[in-house]
Amino acid sequence: MRYKSETKIMAQDTKIDMSRSVSANRNGVEAPPARVKVKAEGVDFYYGGFHALKNVNIRIGERQVTALIGPSGCGKSTFLRTINRMNDLIDGTRLTGALTLDGRDIYDKSVDVVHLRKRVGMVFQKPNPFPMSIYDNICYGPRIHGTRGRAELDELVEASLKGAALWEEVKDKLKKSAFALSGGQQQRLCIARAIAVKPDVILMDEPCSALDPNSTFRVEELISELKEQYTIIIVTHNMQQAARVSDYTGFWLLGELKEFAPTEQLFSQPAVKETEDFVRGRFG
Amino acid sequence: MSEQAPQREITNMTPYLSAAIEDEVPGPPLSSSSGSIGDKIYGAITFLASLTIFVIIIWIASSLGWQSLPVFKQFGFSYITGSVWDDGQKQFGILPYIFGTLYSSFIALLIAVPISLGTAIFLSEMAPPWIRTPVTFLVELLAAIPSVVYGLWGIFVLLPFLRQYVMEPIGASPLGKFPLFSGFTAGPSMLAAGVILAIMILPFITAVSRDILRAIPRAQREASYGLGSTKWEAISQVVLPFARSGIIGAVILGLGRAFGETMAVTMVIGNQSPQTPSGVSFSLFEPGYTMSSALANKFTEASAGLNTAALVGIGFILFFVAIIVNILARTLVYYTARDVQGGK
Repeated sequence: MRYKSETKIMAQDTKIDMSRSVSANRNGVEAPPARVKVKAEGVDFYYGGFHALKNVNIRIGERQVTALIGPSGCGKSTFLRTINRMNDLIDGTRLTGALTLDGRDIYDKSVDVVHLRKRVGMVFQKPNPFPMSIYDNICYGPRIHGTRGRAELDELVEASLKGAALWEEVKDKLKKSAFALSGGQQQRLCIARAIAVKPDVILMDEPCSALDPNSTFRVEELISELKEQYTIIIVTHNMQQAARVSDYTGFWLLGELKEFAPTEQLFSQPAVKETEDFVRGRFG
Repeated sequence: MSEQAPQREITNMTPYLSAAIEDEVPGPPLSSSSGSIGDKIYGAITFLASLTIFVIIIWIASSLGWQSLPVFKQFGFSYITGSVWDDGQKQFGILPYIFGTLYSSFIALLIAVPISLGTAIFLSEMAPPWIRTPVTFLVELLAAIPSVVYGLWGIFVLLPFLRQYVMEPIGASPLGKFPLFSGFTAGPSMLAAGVILAIMILPFITAVSRDILRAIPRAQREASYGLGSTKWEAISQVVLPFARSGIIGAVILGLGRAFGETMAVTMVIGNQSPQTPSGVSFSLFEPGYTMSSALANKFTEASAGLNTAALVGIGFILFFVAIIVNILARTLVYYTARDVQGGK
């Protein structure tokens, strides 16, 4: 019952979002003061003997878009994947230090990873829909978390697809295979699938790297809309993208978070020499 | 401005290009007089080698067909449906053998599939490396044990074990009244053959299923875990459906091996047709025959003529069943592997 009413509220919110002008949202560069959602204090991370993250300290604000940039292998994706403990799937990984979500230690022994990942959704580099219908892709998450009612699921599918700006394109073919969609549509489907479980935080690991410029634009628009409701952390290789979509940007190099600042400031007046070299395109 | 630019380019292009680029100067020849002859010889040798396999298959298939022709001519369809095999009376029906092959293989699948699938899932999804490596090795070891050794173990260990702990207790209990458990409790039986076969096909089904599971893109698993699924949900709702047809292929591959397996089965199945009018019995405890065990038992005493033709006929049918089963299995595995890698 509770679920259902939430769904309705969400559907309404989405409608409001849709009608908003995206450019207004984008030009509002000045990040509003926000509460800390994800916090790392002295986090080190190891793949076996490889020291992948070194003494990371970061405070990520709620309902903001935080971009993580840096050259390949700098640790930005690794850090992203520590937040929903996706790195647990890799043998021989280890984390020390404190990484918290709403002040709760993510790596505490008592944490139920399943519950954590329900609150921290993820969108991957390559669109990875399941080999099922569009409808079933969206319902996968809610179903495993216990939503069964047909009407509830129908509503949730509509709300999620609207939230991911995909509804108009697919509403007449919900029963078709998700693989029949274009790459850009598949990626928005994956975003809808992540929204459907109602996370607090959405992690995006280079979500546009496999997409054409037009699809990239659609996803970026979407990110700006989604931050009304969600905390978004996005890893990107594309500095223009970071500049366009994010409120805060973190620059990573060789496993260290070199600089973390409001996006405009980081790109216009970088405080660290390496950041300046990188954003001016001198390396990486 | 931007609309005019292409226009100007097109009209000016041809004369401009031909004026700017000079005619070419002939370079060194691209052909070669030597060098390719070695490749030709090498190609011919490898082609001949592969041709050998083709010739052997045709040779076997045609000679099996040709030599068994008399028995098919004489008995027609009743060669397959007949239940009596009598060398002296020149009576040849192989229904009990066909049934024995199918039934023992079915029992084997019933036992082996759950164990193999469980092992494959454990190895690909659950096991930490320090368990995965030795268990994978053990599975492969199981495949390397010679058939006759399985048979020997079957006779001296499995049969007494089954007799004492399975057949006699069940035979003595009310369950013994059921047709499934009727008949002898001497040891050599369909059950023993099924169990031995199960052990023998286990490594094949396990290895192929595990390879198929491991071929499933990591992104699929991560997508499921990322939505907060448990391991069980990820495996049962994403991984297994993705792998379904490939796993069916792996099972059919195991079935093909069970059909053809001879030595170990011959040693434990009893080699005696059930004493029923049709020569067919569903009892697990009765001895029986399979096509391959019948062949192994009878070829030494076959006299020339119709007897030989009747024996070769069994081989002919077995050959074709095995080929069809294999083609089916490989097709399924191939398409799964392709679908999984292509992502479509």
